[in-house]
Amino acid sequence: MKKTTSKENRIEQVAKVRESTNLSRRKFIVGSAAAAGGGLALGFQFPFVKSAAAQGTVNTYPEINAWVVIKPDETCAIRIARSEMGQGTLTGLAQLVAEELECDWKHVTTESPTPGQSLARKRAWGEMGTGGSRGIRTSEDYVRRGGAAARIMLLQAAADSWKVPASELTVSDGVITHAASKRTTTYGKVAAAAAKLPAPDPKSITLKDPKTWKIAGKPMKRLDTAEKLNGNLVYAIDVKVPGMMCAAIKDCPVFGGKLVSFDEAKVAGRPGVRRVVKVNDTTVAVVADTWWHAKTALEALPIVWDEGPNASRSSAMIADQLKEGLTASSAYAHRKEGDALKAMEGAAKKVEAVYTTPFLAHATMEPMNCTVKVTADRAEVWVPTQNGEAALAALSEESGLPLEKCEVYKHTLGGGFGRRGGAQDYVRQATAIAKQLPGIPIKLIWSREEDMTHDFYRPISQCRLAAGLDGSGKLEALHVRISGQSINAFLNSPAAKDGNDDRQLQGYYEKPGDAQLGYTVPNLLIEYAMRNTHVPVGPWRGVNTNQNGVYMECFMDEVARAAGTDPLEFRRALMQNHPKHLAVLNAVADKAGWGKPLPAGVHRGIAQFMGYGSYSAAVAEVSVSDQGKLKVHRMVLALNCGHAVNPDQIAAQVEGSVAYGLSATFYGECSVDKGRIVEQNFNTYEIMRLAEMPKVETVIVPSFDFWGGVGEPTICVVAPSVMNAIYAATGKPVRSLPLKNVKLV
Amino acid sequence: MAKLNINGKIRDVQVESDTPLLWVIREQVGLTGTKYGCGVAQCGACSVHINGEVRRSCSIPVGSIKAGDRIVTIEGLSANSSHPVQKAWAALDVPQCGYCQSGQIMAAAALLKKNPNPSDKDIDEAMTNICRCGTYQRIRAGVHMAAAAAKDGRTVAPADRKSNA
Repeated sequence: MKKTTSKENRIEQVAKVRESTNLSRRKFIVGSAAAAGGGLALGFQFPFVKSAAAQGTVNTYPEINAWVVIKPDETCAIRIARSEMGQGTLTGLAQLVAEELECDWKHVTTESPTPGQSLARKRAWGEMGTGGSRGIRTSEDYVRRGGAAARIMLLQAAADSWKVPASELTVSDGVITHAASKRTTTYGKVAAAAAKLPAPDPKSITLKDPKTWKIAGKPMKRLDTAEKLNGNLVYAIDVKVPGMMCAAIKDCPVFGGKLVSFDEAKVAGRPGVRRVVKVNDTTVAVVADTWWHAKTALEALPIVWDEGPNASRSSAMIADQLKEGLTASSAYAHRKEGDALKAMEGAAKKVEAVYTTPFLAHATMEPMNCTVKVTADRAEVWVPTQNGEAALAALSEESGLPLEKCEVYKHTLGGGFGRRGGAQDYVRQATAIAKQLPGIPIKLIWSREEDMTHDFYRPISQCRLAAGLDGSGKLEALHVRISGQSINAFLNSPAAKDGNDDRQLQGYYEKPGDAQLGYTVPNLLIEYAMRNTHVPVGPWRGVNTNQNGVYMECFMDEVARAAGTDPLEFRRALMQNHPKHLAVLNAVADKAGWGKPLPAGVHRGIAQFMGYGSYSAAVAEVSVSDQGKLKVHRMVLALNCGHAVNPDQIAAQVEGSVAYGLSATFYGECSVDKGRIVEQNFNTYEIMRLAEMPKVETVIVPSFDFWGGVGEPTICVVAPSVMNAIYAATGKPVRSLPLKNVKLV
Repeated sequence: MAKLNINGKIRDVQVESDTPLLWVIREQVGLTGTKYGCGVAQCGACSVHINGEVRRSCSIPVGSIKAGDRIVTIEGLSANSSHPVQKAWAALDVPQCGYCQSGQIMAAAALLKKNPNPSDKDIDEAMTNICRCGTYQRIRAGVHMAAAAAKDGRTVAPADRKSNA
């Protein structure tokens, strides 16, 4: 197989997918017009647009179905609708299709349909959005059926040509055999005939028992590594479109402030500068021949802002606002079982604590960027996006062109972590700029400083917890009150109506399946006091399981200590009604050797929590020097994600969650002064480096009775297990993050 | 106007002398494997070799490059991704999003050139580039694997598309 390692091959590949899906769409339109009286044809068609990234020779092959194209050279192109941002979903989804298809894994390549193509085919590839650790778990069923349907059609095509019943055929690695007549053929040879056959009813298909998987469930190598090793992968920031110009942008430093004026004349004569444009009410951009020229001109541009009333806001004010919510008389009672407050009064022992966590930026390595071209009747964007359809919608809304005149070319993201989801703010900005320079492709790149100061931050919160123990040290009552900002409220979602926002209590749910609390407490009160600020917030890898995991799991250690019980044993006693949570906790304890001797000065901490339909637990081993210097030596994490599609990539996600989680634990903090974010670059918003990375061991314990997420679940146990290990080392609980602000001894 | 030796080719570039080398490489020369991450020499996504030393190109004005300086970017590290670091990275599936990996690979290659058998401590000190996906554990393993491959004079097994189990 010719492996696509060069830029040229990739260009060819991109061109091929565009053309092949175009052809099949024409077929689709004709077919469905006949069947549905033209209702599905919508009267439009995507002309084949040669993008900068699609200038190679075009060969076309018929698709077997939306998911599978097989070429005469046996190349098996599997269509991937979800975005790839490093999490490995592309490879995992390909494994699931290939497993049912029974093709030769060595012949597998991938192609990505565009959001415009998806729309034109009535979303034949399902949801494209890639967030909430849903990439595999919510598409596994239909992609496997897609692979199986293609296999059935390919076998039928061989059976037809040999005039034998399809039931007499077997297939392995894309080679079809009729044992009785000793004949063989290959997928590549029958693909053209198979493409003409009717598709089987997806409901009639029996999927394989995962226990028999040969490709899925195995640690296959990623399909997208080669181009990441030699500079050949074209990220959106690398896109070159003929005639392109570059834009640098500045949004009002204070959220809620406005752009009053700017003095274009002062920078008009600078090298390469083309235009200074008002992007919207809060934002200005400089367009130049290169981004460096645009950026330096923007820095020299005199801008007048109306910073508005938020310019007086500070972290201290926000902290006070949240603190008030901890004891406010009114709050949303999310769970009320028994009478926690009354039981607390009669408790033999009471434990109380207040925890705090800060705003956090995503800081993807590739800053926000995209390239937009707008003409009178077409708008296109080349973009790193977790949600191609949201990018399409943003492009359409901002350009004023209907959806069918818009197209999105998704590029591999240089990190996502929730930043590049539904908002697509950078697509809107670039479109607003490009509209003012019709026909000129505009590549907008945010500086790191812009990226860090105009994020949708992980919401800030505080939590007050109280526990009542009976005389034997049994947990009788637990009261949890979170006070903090709501993501749903920022998005203006009805889910935050009247402050009754369940999402901010992620991980404390009673309902099984998604983010269920693993403990049973006879008297339980879980409350949320919504306290919103002027700072924009959004999902950040693991979202609210991060903070809520810290609150619950660190407090559990405080309560266990008050009860005089080992933290693992204390948890086990509360988890008897939650066997899946417990099994993962036990798995991590076994692997970590909980209770076994450690080197002098090394201490353990444990935590378990649930999010994204998966169960996670961690044990951290740390030491704290006499000077208070922390070293995390080893972390063991256990995960039950139901089905493990690629164990090596799951391990990679677990390792990544440790690094992302520890960076936040050690350093992560976006503080507010004069209404704006203080930290602007990696010198002040520090990121953990390799030297601080502990040895990570991953234990995957799939139970095969559900499909859970992978990208996000384990991050929520990283911080609390480390904080609990510090508590074990110092005897002093850590109640606020990041640790850089905390004196450990 | 500057004459730059990049990946063994002499390039004439028409650019202000205070332009960072990174943006000359990306926007004038058109090699986009070298990435912008921070612009303040913190993250290392822009790492290139200058006369065999790893340098953060975002903070080097092109005017400070001397005639005769040899600049190597990720595109020029090897033919066909055959450098031991690239092979080790492939064998261990080091990259996740991959955006920082050009810089990580250039840093690792420079380390191994100076120190063919680095200890964990040497790796800690030399590999200071930021990775947000958190590939640090595999980067460490990759450096050791590349060192072992170079030491033994044998090449790392090419990345097997099948299971590595």
